[in-house]
Amino acid sequence: MAEILQHVVNAMVLGSTYALLGIGLTIIFGIMRVVNFAHGELYTLGAYVAYGMVALLKLDFFSSILVAALVGMLIGALIEYVFLRRKDLKNIDEVMLIMIGIMIVMQNLELMVWGGVAKIIPTPFSQDPIAVASVSISPTRLFVFSVAAVLLFVFYLGIERTRFGLAIRATFQDQDAARIVGVNVKRIYTLTFALGSAMAAVAGALLAPVFVATPLMGDLASLKAFAIVILGGLGSLGGAAMGGFLLAFIEEFGAGYISSAYRDAFGFLVIIIVMLFRPQGLFAAKERVG
Amino acid sequence: MAISKRYLTSLLVGTLAATPALAADPVKIGVSQPLTGAVAASGNYVTNGARLAAAEINENGGLLGRQLELIIEDNKSNPREAVNAAEKLILRDKVPVIMGAWSSTYTLATMPKLEEYGVPMVVETSSSSKITTAGNPWIFRIAPTSAMEAQAFAKNLSSFNPPIKKVDFLSVNNDWGLGASQEFEKMFKANGIEIGQKETVAPDTVDLSAQLSALKDTGSDTLIMTSGVEQLTLGIRQAAEQQLPQRIVTTGGSFPEPLLESPGPKGYTSSHLLFFSPWTPESAVHPEIAGAFVDAWNEAGYSFPGLSEGFRGYDGIMTIAAAIEDAGSTESEAIRAALWNVQVEGVNGDISFFKQGPAGKESGQNEPNVYVVQLKDGKVSAQ
Repeated sequence: MAEILQHVVNAMVLGSTYALLGIGLTIIFGIMRVVNFAHGELYTLGAYVAYGMVALLKLDFFSSILVAALVGMLIGALIEYVFLRRKDLKNIDEVMLIMIGIMIVMQNLELMVWGGVAKIIPTPFSQDPIAVASVSISPTRLFVFSVAAVLLFVFYLGIERTRFGLAIRATFQDQDAARIVGVNVKRIYTLTFALGSAMAAVAGALLAPVFVATPLMGDLASLKAFAIVILGGLGSLGGAAMGGFLLAFIEEFGAGYISSAYRDAFGFLVIIIVMLFRPQGLFAAKERVG
Repeated sequence: MAISKRYLTSLLVGTLAATPALAADPVKIGVSQPLTGAVAASGNYVTNGARLAAAEINENGGLLGRQLELIIEDNKSNPREAVNAAEKLILRDKVPVIMGAWSSTYTLATMPKLEEYGVPMVVETSSSSKITTAGNPWIFRIAPTSAMEAQAFAKNLSSFNPPIKKVDFLSVNNDWGLGASQEFEKMFKANGIEIGQKETVAPDTVDLSAQLSALKDTGSDTLIMTSGVEQLTLGIRQAAEQQLPQRIVTTGGSFPEPLLESPGPKGYTSSHLLFFSPWTPESAVHPEIAGAFVDAWNEAGYSFPGLSEGFRGYDGIMTIAAAIEDAGSTESEAIRAALWNVQVEGVNGDISFFKQGPAGKESGQNEPNVYVVQLKDGKVSAQ
């Protein structure tokens, strides 16, 4: 029983960060139809900004996460403004190549600046775990889970309850109609890309102190983000959140009870099964393609 | 007129570049290490050790009266890239001998290329038994096999109190990790110790909590963990977070260096099998060599705990240099023949090769020393 509970706790923490990663990717896809291959690199960027702030500039840990979010937002907006604004986004091949190029350049820049050796980000939290009965969690992980949960909630409110959210949803559903009723679609694009990038950067800044920051950490994050988004349904925000938690639970319990050697395989096995029976993803409505 | 002048100059430069090797050309040694990727820390330490060896050799007059030059390639913690690195070193840089490639998986991937081109490789780290038993006569390993490591550990069993009665394994899912868990399992069984659960983890995984949770209630008293610096660090931190009851013993000679600066919970203790303990250089077979290496390392400003792996690069290059001196040549075949005769006093101890593997195609294997140290609250002591 204690083991099951421990796995649940682990999966909730992992799932919350997976959800952040997935939402960042899916909002960009949902609104702009851009497959953001650089998503993992924005995650890495967040991790290194946090590292730079805390370890080098001696900024406090909490502000460093905020700075990581702002830098992620800025870089995201820049990518959209410089590379995508004047492109025909319907030309998927070209946009995809641009995004892959940005990914490669960003990853190599990270390697150049920080070197290949992993960095540990110090946190103000105690290293002693919080234990209830035989289930334990480190304070850092609890913090990560809380921040991710709050962010997910704020994000939900922002999309559902604000005028900006309304504009995003309108653009999501029908760009031409949104334009007709006065939504500045171009600006929505930049803001969406900035927001999605900030989500990835925050996920990186939150997770790096739990693990380590390395220049290649974005590869695995990208892979997971795509898996989550496909599982939940491309472009579905709720789907990405649910998909994040679902993937975390599948991985955690698959590794814990079946075989840890195939931990990553379980996630993708489930995705293949979902694709066979519900190709649009678990939580997305069917749509016509082409 | 101007054009023809430029043409002449380029012709001249071209001719100079194509002139056959001059006596003053440096002696090249190829180095293939994971400088980026999942086990980058170790690869950088080993490379730094190699650099120190090269600097020392050059200060003392070089090799065969020529300067020694290391051609360093990043194998990116990836077996495919390790093959590319070896091929580039052999074909483009024309190195007669290589040192590499840290992980057993990268070394095993590289081995067919050594045979194809006839270039010897001194293996400074990899411990899978397959490497020296596969029948590749171009392989000379100075690092211990997992079996040797397990046997050396058997002599230290009595230093654990309370004694080890039942062990679990958490190993990186590659040739190294799986090979080590097999050899240690054999050794524990031979010593009447019960084997509990065996878990594995992909080389690039950072969240080991699922594996650790599964190990929490096995009733074992010891967990044998085999992986690189990064994963050992994460594993020990996460085990402490989850309050794993087992004591952790790491194998393979990597040391979770980041735990010195940001240690886990107070009082948490882990043991580490090392092939050189920079904290206790006086316990080395040749304390004066070990001490001089530690001094040179510190002088170069490299991180102190990196010494626990940096020595491998130093010993590896010293071994190759001895073979080149003995061969009196930079031909691959001559270096290979000379490697069988080397007697090097290294940081780890005496280095020489005995034959292992199928008759007629034997690889060289060295019998190195193994040390056990204990890490507690960011402090290291001999065990």
